[in-house]
Amino acid sequence: MATPTDEQIIDELGLRRERARSIYDHPNLIRAASVLCFLALWEVYGRRSDPLLLTYPTAVFWAAIQLIRTGELLRQAAVSLATLGVGFGVSIALGVGLGLLTGRSRVAEAVLDPHLNALYATPQVALTPLLMMWLGLGFAVKVVIIFLFAFFPILINTTSGVKNVSASLVEVGHAYLASERQILFKVVFPAALPFIMAGIRLAVGRALVGMVVAELFTAITGLGAMLTLYGNLFETAKMFVVIVVFGLLGVGLIRATQALETRMARWKETERANR
Amino acid sequence: MALNALEQQALTDLDLSRARPFRLADRLGAVRVLSVGLLILAWEIFGRDVNPLFLSYPSAIARATMQLLTAGEFQRQALGSLQVYAIGLSAALLLGIALGLLMGRYRLAEYILDPYVYALDATPRVALIPLLLLWFGLGPMSKIAIVFLSGLFPVLMNTFSGVRTVSASLVEVGRAYGAGERNIFAKIILPASLPFIMAGIRLAVGRALIGIITAEMFAAVTGLGALLIRYSSALATDKFFVPVIFLAVLGVILSHAVELWEKRLAPWKETERAL
Amino acid sequence: MLEVRQLSKVFFEQNDPSKPGLVALYDVSFSVRKNEFVCLLGPSGCGKTTLIRVIAGLIQADRGEIRVDGKPVTAPGRDRCMVFQQFGLLPWRTVLGNVEFGLEIDGIPREQRREISRRYLELVGLHGFENYYPHQISGGMQQRVGIARALSKEPDILLMDEPFGAVDAQTREQLQEELLKIWSKTDTTVIFVTHSIDESVYLSDRVIVMQSRPGRIKEEVRVELPRPRWEGDVKADPRFAELRARIRESLRG
Ligand SMILES: Nc1ncnc2c1ncn2[C@@H]1O[C@H](COP(=O)(O)OP(=O)(O)OP(=O)(O)O)[C@@H](O)[C@H]1O
Ligand SMILES: [Mg+2]
Repeated sequence: MATPTDEQIIDELGLRRERARSIYDHPNLIRAASVLCFLALWEVYGRRSDPLLLTYPTAVFWAAIQLIRTGELLRQAAVSLATLGVGFGVSIALGVGLGLLTGRSRVAEAVLDPHLNALYATPQVALTPLLMMWLGLGFAVKVVIIFLFAFFPILINTTSGVKNVSASLVEVGHAYLASERQILFKVVFPAALPFIMAGIRLAVGRALVGMVVAELFTAITGLGAMLTLYGNLFETAKMFVVIVVFGLLGVGLIRATQALETRMARWKETERANR
Repeated sequence: MALNALEQQALTDLDLSRARPFRLADRLGAVRVLSVGLLILAWEIFGRDVNPLFLSYPSAIARATMQLLTAGEFQRQALGSLQVYAIGLSAALLLGIALGLLMGRYRLAEYILDPYVYALDATPRVALIPLLLLWFGLGPMSKIAIVFLSGLFPVLMNTFSGVRTVSASLVEVGRAYGAGERNIFAKIILPASLPFIMAGIRLAVGRALIGIITAEMFAAVTGLGALLIRYSSALATDKFFVPVIFLAVLGVILSHAVELWEKRLAPWKETERAL
Repeated sequence: MLEVRQLSKVFFEQNDPSKPGLVALYDVSFSVRKNEFVCLLGPSGCGKTTLIRVIAGLIQADRGEIRVDGKPVTAPGRDRCMVFQQFGLLPWRTVLGNVEFGLEIDGIPREQRREISRRYLELVGLHGFENYYPHQISGGMQQRVGIARALSKEPDILLMDEPFGAVDAQTREQLQEELLKIWSKTDTTVIFVTHSIDESVYLSDRVIVMQSRPGRIKEEVRVELPRPRWEGDVKADPRFAELRARIRESLRG
């Protein structure tokens, strides 16, 4: 007699039946229910309270429509994103550049390290008044503030990534006659890339915080300035619109860097735990 | 390791004890000190030539420190800030750990709460400052709220992912020895996720400090942040640096304290995290 | 063609000559003829890797010199290529990318190096694995990538540091045979480090037996077994057993 197949054995044991349903089969349903309940409660409660203090979801929705119609939201968002892009770009360039330098050269590290550490220890917001005094309230000061917020995670991760590159890989480079430059770009940089990308992922959230701080205090243009403006006008619904935009921006930017990180570190066997 | 006779003889024969040629890399400590010394010196010399409204210099800052300390104003404001900070941070740690444990262990709690947690975590908390000031006024309550919100999410997210990574096999060990849900929580899940929780606390300490300073600067009424605004609008750059330096030192002390605490609580785990 | 003269190498703690030192190599001299296959054999820690790294030009000797075709060697060169004990593959490059690495450094155009790399991958039996990452293939396959990478540079001297140390016995035999075949087809000189007496006798023309503390040469043993050795059962040859016993004795004494 032929040996029964797995399927036959399963049948014989009478194991084949519908899987029991569980409320956990559709987590998104639970999430949706949770959010809907919250929004409903907020709507009911919010309509009853002082409109100067608390708003409610439909009001926020109409405020959003209005801000989009007038073009204000998009205009200010464009300004904010431009500053963010430049500030973050500068952070990446300088963070990775200096990180490679201090990671590779112990002398450079000894020269730069004490200053970088002191600057890192200082809560960067505390420097904003001084920066505004020096640079005014325009584009430059915002870029610098964003830079200060985002630079350090990139620098620190790049440095430790470069230091972690195993000496034996560098030796492979030497054995195959690679020049110092080639070793830097073909061995050290790719080996440190997962660390660098993790730094960039950490930095993107901080860059966003820097942008908000800069705009709150300069209060002239950008999404943060809208927040200050509508706060002074007690237009709570419009404030919420801006906060929601910040939330979306945050989620979007973090998702994007995460995606980039996974793509760039495809060779990494174990996906490193996020955060 | 003791050398045998042959090795001794070989070493004497080769006689390599000659002094090494001078290399900067052998004198890293000196390089560090020199680098810091030169910067301070340059600052002192050139700082005196710059308009004092824009930049101060070390000896002037030292003088301003003495002056502020004898007047007692500085201590009063610092104490006020620290109280608010302590209250808000404690609340954040308690609730953050509790919610993190809950969400990590129970899927229902996770699905109900995670939309809010992810959304708020991605939103820069500083963007909430104008709203919180509107709600709670300029007093301590609004600042406690911002410290709380700044500290909450790092702890919560880390606790959550800590509980998540506690391997199922450890929980199984607990079950095999007859542990009930309470014991599993207290004897397995909590200790196993402790390193993650501590890493979250380390992040929270820094974020909360940024939160309180930003809020105080924005409200500009009391606390160290208000001092920063006051001195900078009075163009008193020498005084301005006093709270800045205090905050830098405070930041360093706090993060070292958490690190020490971390080593005491979880000496069995070396969590080297990149920030 | 390769001459090692009175080579000594000392490692100091923290690289500081005023600190205690460890004599990794002391007065090591030997020479290798063109197209010869020489094995370096010795206990762990006797300085085999150190010796081969000095020959590769990766580290400097403290005394003595290395000459290739009469010219002293102090840095890595096109004439020598190394296969590393731990493979030394770049984890972010695919199998093909790893083999291409050396050719890329030499500035060979893309199309050409692709083609060369594919040819050598085929030679070591890795056809079809070009687009895998190192962590996706087995240890034996990884080492073959390392070998293909070294061969692709067509060096005069191939330096191999325990290349088969990390693979299972069966794969090992297969790789040994492949290596001998490749070697017999080219006029490469091979210096092969190993722990295994059997391996050294099976592969080489000459076994250089080393001893430790301080690392030095104990003796040289000629292996005059017929080639090709993969045909027939060389290991059953009484001379094989004899050589094996002799080398074992030498390692012990
Ligand atoms: N970079 C280094 N710094 C200090 N000591 C070293 C270094 N490299 C090797 N040594 C020491 O030199 C000695 C010889 O090492 P080597 O790696 O050459 O041994 P080996 O014969 O290759 O050993 P194995 O068979 O285990 O690979 C050892 O005692 C080792 O500790
Ligand atoms: Mg070795």
